[in-house]
Amino acid sequence: MSWIKKTAAELADALAAGEVTSVELTQAHLDRIAAVDGDATAGVHAFLHVDAEGALAAAEASDKRRAAGAPLHHLDGVPIAVKDVLATQGLPTTCGSKILEGWIPPYDATVVRKIKAAGLPILGKTNMDEFAMGSSTEHSAYGPTRNPWDQTRIPGGSGGGSAAAVAAFEAPLAIGTDTGGSIRQPGAVTGTVGVKPTYGAVSRYGLVALANSLDQAGPVTRTVLDSALLQELIGGHDPLDSTSVDQPLPSLVDAARAGATGDLTGVRIGVISELSGDGWQPGVMARFQESVDVLVKAGAEVVEVSCPNFVHALAAYYLILPAECSSNLAKFDAMRYGLRVTPEGNPSSEEVMKASRDAGFGDEVKRRIIIGTYALSSGYYDAYYGQAQKVRTLISRDFEAAFESVDVLVSPTAPTTAFALGEKLDDPIAMYLNDLATIPANLAGVPGISVPAGLADEDGLPVGFQILAPALADDRCYRVGAALEALLTAEWGGPLLDKAPAVPENGTIR
Amino acid sequence: MSETLIPFDDVLASYDPALGLEVHVELNTVTKMFCGCPTEFGAAPNTQVCPTCLGLPGAMPVVNGKAVESAIRIGLALNCEIAEWCRFARKNYFYPDMPKNFQTSQYDEPICFEGYMDVEVDGETFRVEIERAHMEEDTGKSTHIGGATGRIHGADYSLVDYNRAGIPLIEIVTKPIVGAGAKAPDVARAYVGQLRDLILALGVSDARMEQGSIRADVNLSLSPKGSGVLGTRTETKNVNSLRSVERAVRYEMSRHAAVLGAGESILQETRHWHEDTGVTTSGREKSDAEDYRYFPEPDLVPVAPSREWVEELRATLPENPTAKKTRLQAEYGFSDLEMRDVWAAGALPLIEATVAEGTAPQSARKWWLAELLRRANDAGVELADVGVTPAQVAAVQALVDAKTINDKLARQVFDGLLAGEGTPEEIIAARGLAMVSDDGPLIAAIDEALAAQPDIADKIRGGNQAAAGAIIGAVMKATRGQADAGRVRELILEKLS
Repeated sequence: MSWIKKTAAELADALAAGEVTSVELTQAHLDRIAAVDGDATAGVHAFLHVDAEGALAAAEASDKRRAAGAPLHHLDGVPIAVKDVLATQGLPTTCGSKILEGWIPPYDATVVRKIKAAGLPILGKTNMDEFAMGSSTEHSAYGPTRNPWDQTRIPGGSGGGSAAAVAAFEAPLAIGTDTGGSIRQPGAVTGTVGVKPTYGAVSRYGLVALANSLDQAGPVTRTVLDSALLQELIGGHDPLDSTSVDQPLPSLVDAARAGATGDLTGVRIGVISELSGDGWQPGVMARFQESVDVLVKAGAEVVEVSCPNFVHALAAYYLILPAECSSNLAKFDAMRYGLRVTPEGNPSSEEVMKASRDAGFGDEVKRRIIIGTYALSSGYYDAYYGQAQKVRTLISRDFEAAFESVDVLVSPTAPTTAFALGEKLDDPIAMYLNDLATIPANLAGVPGISVPAGLADEDGLPVGFQILAPALADDRCYRVGAALEALLTAEWGGPLLDKAPAVPENGTIR
Repeated sequence: MSETLIPFDDVLASYDPALGLEVHVELNTVTKMFCGCPTEFGAAPNTQVCPTCLGLPGAMPVVNGKAVESAIRIGLALNCEIAEWCRFARKNYFYPDMPKNFQTSQYDEPICFEGYMDVEVDGETFRVEIERAHMEEDTGKSTHIGGATGRIHGADYSLVDYNRAGIPLIEIVTKPIVGAGAKAPDVARAYVGQLRDLILALGVSDARMEQGSIRADVNLSLSPKGSGVLGTRTETKNVNSLRSVERAVRYEMSRHAAVLGAGESILQETRHWHEDTGVTTSGREKSDAEDYRYFPEPDLVPVAPSREWVEELRATLPENPTAKKTRLQAEYGFSDLEMRDVWAAGALPLIEATVAEGTAPQSARKWWLAELLRRANDAGVELADVGVTPAQVAAVQALVDAKTINDKLARQVFDGLLAGEGTPEEIIAARGLAMVSDDGPLIAAIDEALAAQPDIADKIRGGNQAAAGAIIGAVMKATRGQADAGRVRELILEKLS
């Protein structure tokens, strides 16, 4: 089996055993990217920017460190891809937007700094919906990413690039960000693992904010253990992010290893009754129910739990998020960096700002800026933003009440499997509904994981199983997720991705 | 465009003024409000910047704890309540020198609220109520190149310096000050002056108005006499000296009265103060129509100062300025009249510092009020900015006490100090100002004067000691003022008795 098919944990072991070098691994992934990634018009198009030179230089440095016998991070030398929403010094960072075309950050996000410090070569920056606004990666200003399972379908969003890169074996690890499901939903529809850590468990410094109170960076991988390894690497308190949590989390890797034994005796699991019913694809519900049954067999106690305020989550989310992003995006004014459009004549700075923002932002971004500006306006603030914050409190209380009786909550990650590219592009509300199950965790700041639950009967596409835990109890997501993964993989006779069709390579793409 | 004005006294015949003062204090913290960049004044443009204060995508703010401490100490000194829990808020508006196009400020949860300061004008005390004091960050600074006015309109291009962006500010807002009547301009000036002294005493800011580290916005409205309703206000921005605060209030009162007297209404707007011409001109129309869409800053956690910490900070407060004034007046033995002049001139802290250097209080008072105040007024600057330090005044007085120079020569030493000619000793040496201490040349000069005025000599011999003055004057003239007049008198009387 070629190196690219191996998990990050396996690659780390192979590096440690001297079976392969980081340069070989990095080159293998760069070759894979060259073979399958294509561009805006065809191919997976998971990457907006590939940094072959930088990745190979980092790999070479890693090999030298290892040869010198220096103490190394466990993942030193294992390549990684980074969502284009995190600032990378010297590497373009566009957030999938024209307004940042050509911007090279002069600094690294804390997550990126930690990755570099640990010696992971960064393969490149992955595609995303513009400023992370979307559930399909179709809102990227640089063209959509395609689902490796079926290139006529969406890879989820906003982090479709990171999920597709991992699913297409272009990278063993990737970083995503999750504001309302942007790590978990792409994980679900590409048959990969995605984790949204507890709000504040991973620094947001250098993460170009969509909605500051909801955003959280996290791992995108093919296994639960790999996610645990990656979250432990990127997590922890950051003095540059005052909202980051200043207390250690229980060991996530230990939790993943404990879960992998398949024993969940004594674990209490709540099925969220509000996250099922009309609009939920039968094939999704079938795989979800089977997964619940697997957990019962593993020894878990399963009960149904009601979270009555979850039905208001989407409405609250689509006020809080636009409000915060309307303010965040004000800084893109062509004065200091990014796109500048200068109208004819002798334009004022205000006219330059206007023209640049008009040309630089896509429709979905403009839509949310308008909604957010309205929601914060004097006279409307209480009715919209203020009310949404109250709903948010109620949702947090639903979680608190539920976690009094259960250890984790579960639901399908998304209501449907990957839909066709273009299918929901003209219907923003239908697009927003994709995040129904993932949004409550962001509003409450609790952690969540999506693990593959099999393929839907209707379309043969991946289904995701979501596990939510109380804040700071990320380890529970890993334990239950690893158990489900181990039991289902045993049932399937191998990872779900083994069932994916071969990704078309160069020459066969067009 | 020149405005029609109504004479000040006529304004008061028909209207009651209401004042509101918003004072921005730039803190002297080593680093900025939300990042680690240095705050030093005068560095080359855009050299004290980082991703955070430049508003680069992804960068985040972290609150400067020292700035919070300064804010609380200012609040306590202004008799404010200190919030147990408060948040920062974003004030959203577009402007090229605002890196994020929102200012991180505080909105409905200020850290300090409900305080007061008693200000004294002509021996009368006015209580100025403080509505709030909140923390915020400064913007960058735009320089408009080309065009005649230095304003953005007509400029060829504009340069922005972000060194100032993110410097911590405390904005102190009064409640409407009513009832000051004719003293409104003086109350405004006294408030800002006393606030400046308080800030200096707290040591939280350089408090230099001319450098902009204290900036006052003056709100003014008029209401028909006795009506008790507040009229429409104007906000005059960036009034950068105590004198200008007083003048701006006076000017706006006269202007408002003219507009209202003509049956028109006051436009709620921002006005610019012109230091040189002493007038205000219309700025941008402001009004409450401007919607800043405030909401709590999601990148920062709430500030929740513990009561223990607040009490610790209370213990660090300097003496209350009013109590201190009473104490010093008694210690220095100043009469009420003397103290009033000292206070009005803002000379008390200067005198205190001079006394601390070993000078007798009355001597210190004499130099600051009789000599240096005149020079400050001539130069149009505050006394504290006259260019002579308390240590220098003390050094000059020490030389007078040692009879190295006399008062008259001392004035020339101050000339030298203001001209930057070095230390008092250097100036005395360079200008040849030392008094003639040898009796020989004095006796020669006396003999010469007596010979020139024999009739005066006779009067003195006849017992008219007052007549010696004419001879002393002649001797002083002959020695270019460098004689000790007392010694000359002794010598004359010795000679003629």
